[in-house]
Amino acid sequence: MTNPISDILNETELMFLIGTNPTEAHPVIGYKMRKAARKGVKLVVCDPRHIDLVDEADYWLRLKPGTDIPLLNGLMHIIIKEGLEDKKFIEERTENYEELKAIVESYTPERVSELTGISVDDLYSVARLYAKTDKAMIFYTLGITEHICGTRNVMSCANLAMLTGHLGRPGCGVCPQRGQNNVQGACDMGALPNVFSGYQGVGVDAAREKHEKAWGVPLSGKVGLKIPEMFKAAHEGQVKAMYILGENPVLTDPDANHIRKALEHLEFLVVQELFLTETAEYADVILPAASFAECDGTFTNTERRVQRVRQAIDPIPGQANWQTICQMVTKMGYPMSYNDPSEIWDEMASLSPSMAGINYQRIDEMNSIQWPCPTTDHPGTPVLHVGKFTRGLGLFQPSEHIPPAEMPDAEYPFLLSTGRILQHYNVTTPYSPGISSIWDKEMSEVNPQDAEKLGVKTGDKLKVTSRRGEAITNVKVTDRVLPGVIWMSFHYNGTPTNALTSDGLDPITGTGEYKVAAVKLEKI
Amino acid sequence: MLVELVKLNINGREVEAPAGSTILQAAELAGIEIPRLCYDKELSPLGACRLCVVEVKGNRLLPASCVTPISAGMVVDTESPAVAEARKTILELLIANHPLDCMTCDKLGDCKLADYCYKYGVKDSAFAGEKHDYAIDDSNPFIIRDLNKCILCGACVRACEELTGADNLSYLNRGFHRKATTAGDVDYIDSDNCVFCGQCVAVCPTGALTEKTLAGKARRWDIDRVRTTCPFCGTGCNFDLAVKEGKIIGVLSNPDAPVNQRMLCVKGRFGWDYIYNEKRLTSPLIKKNGKFETASWDEAYDLIATKFKEIKDKYGSESFAALSSARCTNEENFLVGKFTRAVMGTNNVDHCART
Ligand code: SF4
Ligand code: SF4
Ligand code: SF4
Ligand code: SF4
Repeated sequence: MTNPISDILNETELMFLIGTNPTEAHPVIGYKMRKAARKGVKLVVCDPRHIDLVDEADYWLRLKPGTDIPLLNGLMHIIIKEGLEDKKFIEERTENYEELKAIVESYTPERVSELTGISVDDLYSVARLYAKTDKAMIFYTLGITEHICGTRNVMSCANLAMLTGHLGRPGCGVCPQRGQNNVQGACDMGALPNVFSGYQGVGVDAAREKHEKAWGVPLSGKVGLKIPEMFKAAHEGQVKAMYILGENPVLTDPDANHIRKALEHLEFLVVQELFLTETAEYADVILPAASFAECDGTFTNTERRVQRVRQAIDPIPGQANWQTICQMVTKMGYPMSYNDPSEIWDEMASLSPSMAGINYQRIDEMNSIQWPCPTTDHPGTPVLHVGKFTRGLGLFQPSEHIPPAEMPDAEYPFLLSTGRILQHYNVTTPYSPGISSIWDKEMSEVNPQDAEKLGVKTGDKLKVTSRRGEAITNVKVTDRVLPGVIWMSFHYNGTPTNALTSDGLDPITGTGEYKVAAVKLEKI
Repeated sequence: MLVELVKLNINGREVEAPAGSTILQAAELAGIEIPRLCYDKELSPLGACRLCVVEVKGNRLLPASCVTPISAGMVVDTESPAVAEARKTILELLIANHPLDCMTCDKLGDCKLADYCYKYGVKDSAFAGEKHDYAIDDSNPFIIRDLNKCILCGACVRACEELTGADNLSYLNRGFHRKATTAGDVDYIDSDNCVFCGQCVAVCPTGALTEKTLAGKARRWDIDRVRTTCPFCGTGCNFDLAVKEGKIIGVLSNPDAPVNQRMLCVKGRFGWDYIYNEKRLTSPLIKKNGKFETASWDEAYDLIATKFKEIKDKYGSESFAALSSARCTNEENFLVGKFTRAVMGTNNVDHCART
């Protein structure tokens, strides 16, 4: 997020939500949004599904799935036509405006209304409201990124914010809410194939030399494989061995059957996990993992806020995860020894200028610090891009409409969309006795019209089949979803939703298109 | 925007507070705590319990400090004999129909009602009368509701509406039968709007709403609180793990949490018990003939070291890939990156695509 969560209640005048369901995926952020809306902050919700916050919204743009770019282009079209763009901001802080203008030119309200299903009137109202409001924030999550055009969707959100000067100030900004608790941190730490910690490119000589010196070994400058490429390479026999820490791609990644086959092909697989998950079943060696309550460390939240994780009980497997990793690596002939996790943090910080000013002592004193924080007397940075973008000028990167990779057809007539529900979190909460005693099975959402045609009512079972696999699910009949759509979560191993999801990928990030796939439904 | 500061005198001290503050807020700024039951700084003021009354020079009545604004030159006494007497009477009225089973109540130690009764020496009530006989609602796995101990401070109603916006609670009936409860007075589990965020529990000043996992496990003063960050989503809420004798027994809100103060959701507040799921793996496992067998750490490391080295030597660095975790700590992620790059010699490291 460019701006802090506290801006929702303290600063902003308009919240523009697209492809995000905060009261379920980021509940406390969602509760704060609801509170803000009730005290008069304007709220626009763009979502095909009738999510909770629709009930608090000034405008609900119920767009057809996969039409986010036409919607955003259409809003920009109106803003430019009516002269509501922030000319000073565009002039001083951005480049490539002419291309944006040229591309959105053809996204007339009438054409966009046709593509998205949103009325022309609403398009005008929302475009004017967003452009004329001084402080407006855009929020998005997986509803934007989990498409083949995910990166393009994200850029289009940024275009809209830059066009109207809604960046670099309190109460403004573009705010992706990170899903998993430490996605931000995993990226910051360089658990990515192209960068070291602090986003220092592996191909950048200075960065590599600095790490070679610190770690005492030569390092590769070749960008590594992203997850989908890893599994593809495993499938094809180039990747032979894998180490997987605390993830269960068989349940959570798209096209599960493909992942299973890839894991089968490996010569050697090590999994470090809390439970014997679907993925761990394929391991040659399983190392038992410790939970968050058994380790010291830090997490970094969606607003770049570094906070402490503190050990509350003795690790159930006998040792913390960082100790296990150190011992394993030391056994391989590369000594890794730290007295405690603060020393690991300090090593990372000494190599990463954007986090160099953060240490455990400061976090203890201040409760949390938001990076960038270059020096130990720096207070941290709640708002990004003040006065200047990281890259200098903000670059408009306009895009044409890119339809989803797979759309419903005669054979697979329903559109499957997937997401999170409030009560569960990926693969840990289903092991919570309290939570699973109430929420223990998938309840897929189907529109009443379709339910009638299929002859099902709430509680009945459906077989869902896609070109890639099938799953059995319970049904919840509700007009939260449009006719022709089935909405499912991915938390239950009894209903492996990701056996169904599309194999379409965003070519830039490798993120799977979880949000749109074609399926057929049968009552069983 | 510059806020004007107003000078006043509280308990003989000259203090300053921003114009528009209430007496209670001004006192708090000066480090003077005024007893209160219905006032909660995260909620709208109600001015109902009147325990926060104070004496203001020149005012014959005792105003409720939580709703009375300060003015320049005001002279306030927060603990005068008249104030103490008034508080005593209020407390006696409150416990007139209260079960008074502090000996077995899970909230004792963190119960404002018991604390203030102790402070003002209130043992029993001159008004003792009819008691309630409400059934205890423990219909759900998370929250126990014993409305016999409710003092109608309304904090739960306001928290549900103002913090979560679930609007699941309101007042029912009048007089002695007045209740803060769900629509239709049904159990939480049967109520339409409850999302089990537990905000109502976090703000309840008495034992009327308590965490089920804590029931009978510990007196509040025997609980160690370990502050940590929620592992269930990217919001980054903080809370305290409640620990007794080396075991986690619950989650308690921590008002100092930077992102969320005392707000949490059902996962953060009640999802932690996966930690003690009996399916947890407790020792390394090695697959032999298709079956997992328990192994020592050294056996596991030896096998891993041999195999990883063998594969690296035979097929090269690029034949290895690591999947790190967006659920794990920064430090663990850094180590996985370092291991992959410095030891295996490749940049094939990524973390779960499900951002
Ligand atoms: S709620 Fe407070 S006063 Fe009432 S029994 Fe429990 S500890 Fe005692
Ligand atoms: S748990 Fe949350 S939603 Fe349910 S009654 Fe309490 S505050 Fe309201
Ligand atoms: S249940 Fe607790 S918070 Fe709610 S009114 Fe009663 S005493 Fe107050
Ligand atoms: S308590 Fe809920 S909203 Fe807060 S971090 Fe945890 S899962 Fe997210």
